[in-house]
Amino acid sequence: MEICRREDKLEISELDPFLAELLRQIPASTNPEGTPAAEKRLFSPPADRSKTEQCSEWKLYVEPELRRLFRTATETVAADLEQLNGNEKPFANRTLRIPTQHADAWLNALNQARLVIAAKYNFTDGELCDHYRSPIGSRRDLSLFQLNFYGFLQEFILREIGGCPEKTSD
Amino acid sequence: MSWQPQRRRAGVAQGESAVTFSAAKDATQSTVEDPVIEKETRSQEDVDLPWQVVVHNDPVNLMTYVTMVFQRVFGYPREKAEKHMLEVHHQGRSILWSGMRERAELYVQQLHGYLLLATLEKVG
Repeated sequence: MEICRREDKLEISELDPFLAELLRQIPASTNPEGTPAAEKRLFSPPADRSKTEQCSEWKLYVEPELRRLFRTATETVAADLEQLNGNEKPFANRTLRIPTQHADAWLNALNQARLVIAAKYNFTDGELCDHYRSPIGSRRDLSLFQLNFYGFLQEFILREIGGCPEKTSD
Repeated sequence: MSWQPQRRRAGVAQGESAVTFSAAKDATQSTVEDPVIEKETRSQEDVDLPWQVVVHNDPVNLMTYVTMVFQRVFGYPREKAEKHMLEVHHQGRSILWSGMRERAELYVQQLHGYLLLATLEKVG
């Protein structure tokens, strides 16, 4: 797999079937349904849980907006990943082109996916720091690899979008 | 992002304290009227001060990602954003901002939009 920036696009090329499949799983991996810990992490309370009024107002007014934001990001990524569908070319010749204006959506969706995977498998700090774990011998190992692969993509996107416009400090 | 903190306009906002002086309108008068001192009031926002925006550690979020979020949300320069990120990483939490409640709430909403663990806390 090769990954680089060309003008206003981020390109992931020379994709092998395994990594292409991990990419295709990003949208599905953002779904916290069926995993209360993941749902709880994506929609964490804005204050100590004893502040019931504040937390219930948040649930009523802010959480729907967060769900909409996360869904929009995931849909953007899913649309970009359509490039990987179809069988007319072998994966090795495929290139995924991500417009740089979609970078924020990708960062968000990748982060959702990483948080959901981590919550689902309840990885320890030690596992999360073990970037060279090998070989993949179980579903848990595979999920940890997937989480690290998504982290690698996030790092690449962050590097390529080059920081951010700075606002005036307060 | 959907939520942008609303910048307050410069100057005296409604409900804030203000002391003004009005000079005599008629310049032909030989005496100057006594200055009128408007009643000084304490705004609700002052009463509410201060609230703080706290970000808590999450081992999944990348350090570079957290730094970028702090830069974007608070407009902090990279060095300051990194300092807060490291504080979160090593001490488990960092106070990113403190001030009026309304604005603090907006910051917390933005941070949640970036999937950071952020809470609003009243000082004291």
